[in-house]
Amino acid sequence: MKISLEQFDKAFENRIRLQVMSVLSVNDSYDFNALKDLLKVTDGNLASHLKALEKEEYINVSKSFIGRKPNTQYSATKQGRDAFRKHLQALESLIKQQK
Amino acid sequence: MKEKDVYAELSSIRDLMERSSKFISLSGLSGILAGIYALIGAAVGYWLISKFSAGEAGISYSTEPFLFWQLFIIALAVLSFSIFTACWFTMKNARAKNENVWNPVSRRLLSSIAVPLITGGLFILIMLAKGNYSLIASACLIFYGLALVSGSHYTFSDVRWLGIFEILLGLIALALPVYGLVIWAIGFGLLNILYGSIMHFKYDQ
Repeated sequence: MKISLEQFDKAFENRIRLQVMSVLSVNDSYDFNALKDLLKVTDGNLASHLKALEKEEYINVSKSFIGRKPNTQYSATKQGRDAFRKHLQALESLIKQQK
Repeated sequence: MKEKDVYAELSSIRDLMERSSKFISLSGLSGILAGIYALIGAAVGYWLISKFSAGEAGISYSTEPFLFWQLFIIALAVLSFSIFTACWFTMKNARAKNENVWNPVSRRLLSSIAVPLITGGLFILIMLAKGNYSLIASACLIFYGLALVSGSHYTFSDVRWLGIFEILLGLIALALPVYGLVIWAIGFGLLNILYGSIMHFKYDQ
């Protein structure tokens, strides 16, 4: 059966964006390379999805250097956490409805 | 979107939340082996002490530097073998799960156990330097237990209970210093073996 997508957040239609938000919802912050390792995606792919989430103001980006290596930390904003929680609730209520 | 897709989505979200915030490459086997090393160490230590004190009354490690250093080396050996075994099994386990050992969670785990462990280590060394031996067994247990409780936020939650039991044993050892070595052997030997086995059968498949 087909399910309407109206109640879902468009930003989370993409699997990788949803996965990034899952990680950031339970961690204070996560760095780019660790996210890449965890999600097993390429640099470019991850970067473009992070950019999209940043544009929605769902995540914060803070850049710094550890020694000479750039280190980019991502964290979820309040807005991002709320949006993610709503999206999860929508998914869960969908399952309940069908029972 | 199909119904089974929603299920798959939810379970993959749950899996990622778990994997990104908990370090699950710890192996129960390293706990079992650490317990066995501790029991062997305690047995050798007990044998040395009883051999020394059998001859003349009043001789103990506080008056006998040679015995003291032997016990110290046994303790150091148990500690380094345990750490080496834990690292080896963890790396092997992480490789099998195709995970990076050095990730934000393992760093957080290490830094959260480091504070109580290093504090405890220094505490014990200072006590040894001052010749105050009666609190060593309980200090080992209490600081080890505190390290486990604080590390348990970043790994299997069972570790928290192991930590609490170690702290309780440490307090008992503090109240009954005569049984220090026996209680130490129960805490580091038997409890580690018991918990290692539980973790092994629960998680290492």
